[in-house]
Parts: sequence; structure tokens; C-alpha cells
Amino acid sequence: MTKKQKNLLQRVIAAGLMMAVLVFLPLKEYPVLRFILFMVPYLTVGHDILRKAWKGILHRQVFDECFLMAVATIGAMALGEYTEGVAVMWFYQIGELFQGIAVGRSRKSITELMDIRPDYANIEKEGEISRVDPDDVEVGSLIVVNPGEKIPLDGLVEEGESVLNTAALTGESIPRKARPGDEVISGCINMSGVLKIRTTKKFDESTASRILDLVENASSRKSRSEQFITKFARVYTPAVCYGALALAFVPPLVRLLMGQAPLFGDWIYRALTFLVISCPCAIVVSIPLSFFGGIGGASSQGILIKGSNFMETLSQVKTVVFDKTGTITRGDFEVIDIHHGTLPREELLELAAHAEGHSSHPISQSIQRAYGKKVSLDRVSQVEEISGKGVKATVDGKRVAVGNMRLMEHQGIEGIDCHETGTIIHTAVDDAYTGHLVIADRIKDGAAEAIEDLKRTGVRETVMLTGDLKETAEAVARQVGVGRVCAELLPDQKVKVLEELLAKAGKNEKIAFVGDGINDAPVLSRADIGIAMGALGSDAAIEAADVVLMDDDPRKIGKAIRIARKCLRIVYENIFFAIGVKLICLLLGALGIANMWLAIFADVGVMVLCVLNAIRCLRVKNL
Amino acid sequence: MKKTYKIEVDCANCANKMEEAAKKTAGVKDAAVNFMALKMKVEFEDGADVDAVMQEVIKNCKVVEDDCQIFL
Repeated sequence: MTKKQKNLLQRVIAAGLMMAVLVFLPLKEYPVLRFILFMVPYLTVGHDILRKAWKGILHRQVFDECFLMAVATIGAMALGEYTEGVAVMWFYQIGELFQGIAVGRSRKSITELMDIRPDYANIEKEGEISRVDPDDVEVGSLIVVNPGEKIPLDGLVEEGESVLNTAALTGESIPRKARPGDEVISGCINMSGVLKIRTTKKFDESTASRILDLVENASSRKSRSEQFITKFARVYTPAVCYGALALAFVPPLVRLLMGQAPLFGDWIYRALTFLVISCPCAIVVSIPLSFFGGIGGASSQGILIKGSNFMETLSQVKTVVFDKTGTITRGDFEVIDIHHGTLPREELLELAAHAEGHSSHPISQSIQRAYGKKVSLDRVSQVEEISGKGVKATVDGKRVAVGNMRLMEHQGIEGIDCHETGTIIHTAVDDAYTGHLVIADRIKDGAAEAIEDLKRTGVRETVMLTGDLKETAEAVARQVGVGRVCAELLPDQKVKVLEELLAKAGKNEKIAFVGDGINDAPVLSRADIGIAMGALGSDAAIEAADVVLMDDDPRKIGKAIRIARKCLRIVYENIFFAIGVKLICLLLGALGIANMWLAIFADVGVMVLCVLNAIRCLRVKNL
Repeated sequence: MKKTYKIEVDCANCANKMEEAAKKTAGVKDAAVNFMALKMKVEFEDGADVDAVMQEVIKNCKVVEDDCQIFL
């Protein structure tokens, strides 16, 4: 609780006690004393509201909550309804107190969820270590991170080996290794060894600060429901005030003209009830609170949503378009099969790996990885790369050729075609065909599950775009269950395909594009909502996308959509509930059925319920 | 140029009003108040005197909501 809230709580308690005594005192016969005695709790609990209302009038900012409360309570006091006058103020203040505490709490729990802000950095200078504010660390400084500490700034490991926990950034605790030369990012927790890191970025450009900044600023981009509420509040409060004024004077005057008793007191009481009911605070506070909670909850799961407006769009996604590489497949190649002839499998792989030993091409790298042992280059001589075909080399005195079919033709060797999809690498030793390796991009763990999950969540269409060959693409699509494939696309054609989809989509059927953020920025920004995956450490991806998945788990897409749906459902619940209850109570108040007590419920009670409902947005872990 | 300031305000509706007031201040191109983060983001017109403009913003915000603070 803040100092202000403690003070208010004391005042509320004091006024409550006074009222409990006053109600039972026999004061009927002493009207003046009664008035004075009731003014004590009234002013104790409500003096700040009266002051604010007065200042509002001076500043010509008449129609705010304080004004409504001041008019309603002063009016009740003037009508001699002392108990109700004080009670309305009392409940209003309790509501304010509760709202303040609830908002403060959720602010705090969101900050705790996003507990990645480093408090200090250990800087090493001339052999001495001193603890400083991370803001004061210059680029190129050497910092020391002990086990259990957060890495404060992005940098390169210079000394030491350790395991890092990225849970605070990605929502998953998959440990990462850090060795000298590795790039490490701020916000990770150092688990085992002492690391010495040469910083490469200033604090406010480091990953941790950028992510926090993003989350905090996310609610500045307002959603349509928030804009609606802002506009609504602007029209609503004056409308209600004039309504109350009319209610207070029109019916009695009409009655007077018709020759009946005007019953001014009765109608003014109704008008005051009307004013109490009308406070817009329940809606105005609960909507941003819901979005803030949703965005905070999502970020604790490694999903950064860059604005409330994107939260809204995300909840309406009906089509998800994937860029194949980096989202469904891992973007690195792997030897998935070896069709060997006369030579044993291991020996073929050994010869191929050595012949390719000089090359850094992804395909060559995958063969070397599949071999698994260290390639000793002194066994290799007479390496000759034939551009677009492959490599010839002498390994252990044998003439080895490794490459595509054209290399085989070039060497006058008859190769055997392969039925599998992927890149086929043929081999020949001493001019005799020895079989081929099948190399393909690996499908990500969980890709098929992610597509299934999206369909369950209510995404109607999944589309995969790729520059790859049709057969390869279709094979991948079949394995993971993607509905539609557009293959052999050039980068600008991807935008075109997306635009066709956009043109076909209905009004509330949004299209999300998922990419790895590396070279699909135009498509990311063209889609209704751009989702970048595996963004940990990639500034470009964080910049280009509307939603950023910190790790590269495709299952997070469905989760992000579900979080957005939950958040929006709560937002609509609150809007309909609050406006609905208020309208009903307003009607009952105007008809004279609702009294001040119901009015207090319609104001404070509805606000409390809406805030409690909004806080549910924070709980997204098991979605 | 954009700058972010920490603010102190009690109610969400008041935060909206502060945003409106800041937007209308001369020298301010755009402003956004984030009630949950208690931050005000101000985008200044080119060549505006930031300190002077912010004094005006504070004055205008005080008019719509007396009980608010902006920490420069």
C-alpha cells in the first residue's frame, strides 16, 4: 500500500466507526447537533473528493467522478438523508481504495513476471571488481557475472564456461551453454560458473531493457475497445449529468402544471441515485487493466505482444500463414538417409565428409555433422571444387567425387536416382558409383503438434509459403499437416500470395504471418499481424513483428492466440456487464425503484467485480 | 523527438484526460499516457523547446486533473 492508500484506509475506518456509533444515538430531537455530528465522518472520509470537485469546477472540468460524488452526497445531506450521504461517500472511497490496491498489485505481479531487469553489474577495472548501476557501464567494458546472478548487459563471453537459464525471457527453462566467444544476452541467469563478459551494447539497448520497454509501452497502442471506452466516457458522463438534472426538475414541473403535488424531494433523490450509479470508473479502469494483464501474462510465457490493438487482432486470427524455413523447419540441413552400395555406410560417410572437409556450405556442413568425428584435413589432397556440381578430392589415396547428378555425368559415371525428397548427394570412389546421401531440412519438434493445436483453437486455414521445390515443400506439409502449400516463390511473390489471401478474407477474419524475422520483413508488416519466431537476440525480428516469440517453439503460436482470446473475452465481459448493470440500475433509479444502496452496488460493486475479472487475464500459464 | 516521463495519477479516466491535455499543448506532436505503467510518452514537434513545452504540459494536466504529477 502506498502512503496515500494507508491514509485513506485510516480515514475509512475512522468514519466507519463514527457512523456505527452515530446511527444508534437518539438524535431525532436535535437536528442541528445531528447535522454537525454527521458532518464529522462525512468530511473525514470525503474532504479530498469535495476539494477535487471544487477545483474541477474552478478549472471548468465539471463532469468527473468527484463532481458526481460531491453533488450526490451533498444533495443527500441537503435532503436530510445523512446516513445515505455519508455511506455513499464511504463506499465510494472504499471502491477507490480497492481499485488502487488492485491496480498496484497487478502492476507488481507483472513486474515480477518480467523479472529480468538487472539491478547491478560487477565491473572489472584494473583487476578490481566494483558493483555499479548497469546504466553506467560503457560498451566494451569487462563485467563479471557470478553464478546465480542475472547477466546485466548483452556481450561476448571472454572467459569462463557456464550454463544459462533463459526462463525469464522465453518462459521455458531450457539451459543454454555459454563458452568463450559466445554471444550472451541480458536477462538470462548464470547458473554454474563465473563468466567474464565484454559488453557489446549499452544498458538501454540491451535485450532485457528493450523487452521491458516493449511490454511497458504495449498498452500505449490502444485497442479499438479502449478507444471505444474513452469516447464512451467522454459522452456518457455529461449525458448522465444532464439526464439527472432533467430527472430532478422536469417531472415535478410537469406534475405542478397538471395540478398535482410536485414532490421535489422525491425526484431529486432519484436524480442523485442516478448520479451515483452513473460513475464510469468500472469500465474505464478494467479495460486497460485487462489488456495490461494479458500482455504481462503473455510475456511471462515468452510471447511479446506489442500493443493492445495487436492483442485484439490476434484474437480474431482465422488464417495462419507460415514461412517454411525457420518456423516449421529448423533451417539447417541434416543427412536423413544413406543409400550405400558396396562400401559400408560408415566408410562412405567418412570419405564424403573428408572430401567436403574444406567447404563451409550448409550441405557440406551437414555431411560433416553426420560423420560426427573430427575431419583430419591432412588425409585429403588435390581438392577440386566444381561450381554447381560438387567436389573431387583424393582421400587416403582414393579418388572421391561428391556432388549432384551433374557431377556424376561430368565424370562419366552412371548414378542411380533416388525416390526420396530432399537434396540428393551422389558419391563415387575411384570412378565407381558408391551410392548417395539424402539431405533435408529438419522439421522442428512440435511442428505437427502446433498445426493440430491451431486447428483445435479455431484457426480455419493454415498455409505454408516457401521458395523451395514443390516436392520438398509438399512432403513437409504432409508431415506436419499444413492445409495449403505455395512453393517455388520468390520473396516478392510471398507478399503477393499474402495479399490475395487478405483480399479474400472477411472483415473479422484476420491473417497472421509467421516468419523467422530474418528476410521476411515485408511480409511480416503486410499481414494483419506479423509473428516473428526465435527472436531471442535478433533485434531485426523484434523490430519488424507485432508479436514476438522469444524462442522458436511453434506451439507458442496457438498459445498466443488463446491468450488473446481469453483477454478479449474478459474485456467484452466487463464492457457488457458494467454497461448492462448500470443501464438497468439507471432505469430502476429513474423509476424510483432503486434506492441509494443499490446505486452504491452499481457503482462500487460493479467496479470491484470488473477489476477482479480483469486480473484473471494474468493467469495464462495453462492455456 | 520522443521522450518518456514517469507520472503519478490515481485513476484511469484521469490518465486519459491527461493524455488529451498533453496532446493539445503547443509543441507536442503526439502524446500517449499508459496508466498501467504510469508513463507518459511525448513526441515533440521539430525544434520545440522540450523543457518549456513540458512545463506547459504539466500546467495543462493540472487543469484537467489536479491530483497528478509528471516527473521530469
